[in-house]
Amino acid sequence: MATVVPDADQAVSGIQDGSTVLIGGFGPAGQPVELIDALIRSDVRDLTVVSNNAGNGRVGLAALLANGQVRKIICSFPRQADSYVFDELYRAGKVALELVPQGNLAERMRAAGAGIGAFYSPTGVGTPLAEGKERRTIDGRDYVLEYPIKGDVALIKAFRADTLGNLVYRKTARNFGPVMATAAETTVVQVSEIVEPGGLDPEAVITPGIFVDRMVKIAGVSPLAAIGAAG
Amino acid sequence: MITQPAFDSTRPLGRDDVARLAATDIPPGSYVNLGIGLPTGVADFLKPDIGVTLHTENGMLGMGPQAYDDDIDPDLINAGKVPVTETAGASYFHAADSFAMMRGGHLDVCVLGAFQVSFRGDLANWHTGAADAIPAVGGAMDLAIGARNVFVLMTLFGKDGSPKLVRKCSYPLTAVACVSRVYTDYGVFMITDHGVAVRETYGIDQRDLAERLEITFHDA
Repeated sequence: MATVVPDADQAVSGIQDGSTVLIGGFGPAGQPVELIDALIRSDVRDLTVVSNNAGNGRVGLAALLANGQVRKIICSFPRQADSYVFDELYRAGKVALELVPQGNLAERMRAAGAGIGAFYSPTGVGTPLAEGKERRTIDGRDYVLEYPIKGDVALIKAFRADTLGNLVYRKTARNFGPVMATAAETTVVQVSEIVEPGGLDPEAVITPGIFVDRMVKIAGVSPLAAIGAAG
Repeated sequence: MITQPAFDSTRPLGRDDVARLAATDIPPGSYVNLGIGLPTGVADFLKPDIGVTLHTENGMLGMGPQAYDDDIDPDLINAGKVPVTETAGASYFHAADSFAMMRGGHLDVCVLGAFQVSFRGDLANWHTGAADAIPAVGGAMDLAIGARNVFVLMTLFGKDGSPKLVRKCSYPLTAVACVSRVYTDYGVFMITDHGVAVRETYGIDQRDLAERLEITFHDA
């Protein structure tokens, strides 16, 4: 059952060293910066992070990387104009990278959340990213076998929640949030506003509360907003 | 009514002309994804009355033009992380749905840039393969195998003069036999089951072109 916690530190409490952490966001949009900041304060180490990108500037995911807490990152697009924190760590061999096509990244988490054991994807067939993977031809088309990515914890950002954990998102900040919410043992959400049950239109709920464990209200402007369009 | 100037076949096309040419070939009513870089420019030449809906893989259909000043909203960006606007009738969705639109064959056209395209339509556009390069693939592989028609926009020759339409790609592949058309400064190429056909040329004749590309063109 979803609970509302008073601050971001309590929202991320109990995360163990060596955990796999799904972190929402597409670049700055939808990145749960305040939850990541709390993860940095918790000093949990040896994390595997799953996120579309590998950090922008020196805030959020980039700051987590800079603090040496991440052993491996699974993402689709690490290299960006302002991904210098990741670039440096990667070149120094201090962070491992598993590069996954964006659609496979989303679908592997969707599969984890939906209890699917594995699936055949046409994406990547005949490319270096499919090397070593089981291949099968189905109805004349080639596919490779892809396995789910399950998180110990998901950190995501939504726009508005009710106290039962039902979530709505805002514009393209939605991106990986609804998929990650289903794919982790514990799903932690930062939201701008929390309303009473009945305060959200049930027809408009994007993530039903069954997928949510902890929520924290974070007001104010995200530091990533200041980065704006960069990267 | 504004009529756009025709293309001058006696000289190579400029960057904008290549984008404009590709735009004129996008069927009315299509759902279209435009890649980062040169392909993004195609949007500027899509006439509003043909009813093309732009898809951006970070989770939106009905993407409008780039946003400036007060219209910038950090929660509303395109796949290149550039602030954009929404059009009337736009919709938002999560990443798994966005890629289902591609893989499921719902997207009519994607327009991508390329390092190389092979004569059979293999695409290389995500990684130079250089030892010190940090690879990044994003949605390129999903788009290339998913969209019903894959248009490539590129210059036909690299800075060193070597052709980018090649017998076999030397760069790591994005997808196999996925490209249907290649729009370049020197001509438009149709990739068919039988080989490469030239639809038209700019600033070079077909024979010289075949010689530079070391190819025998198939009849269009």
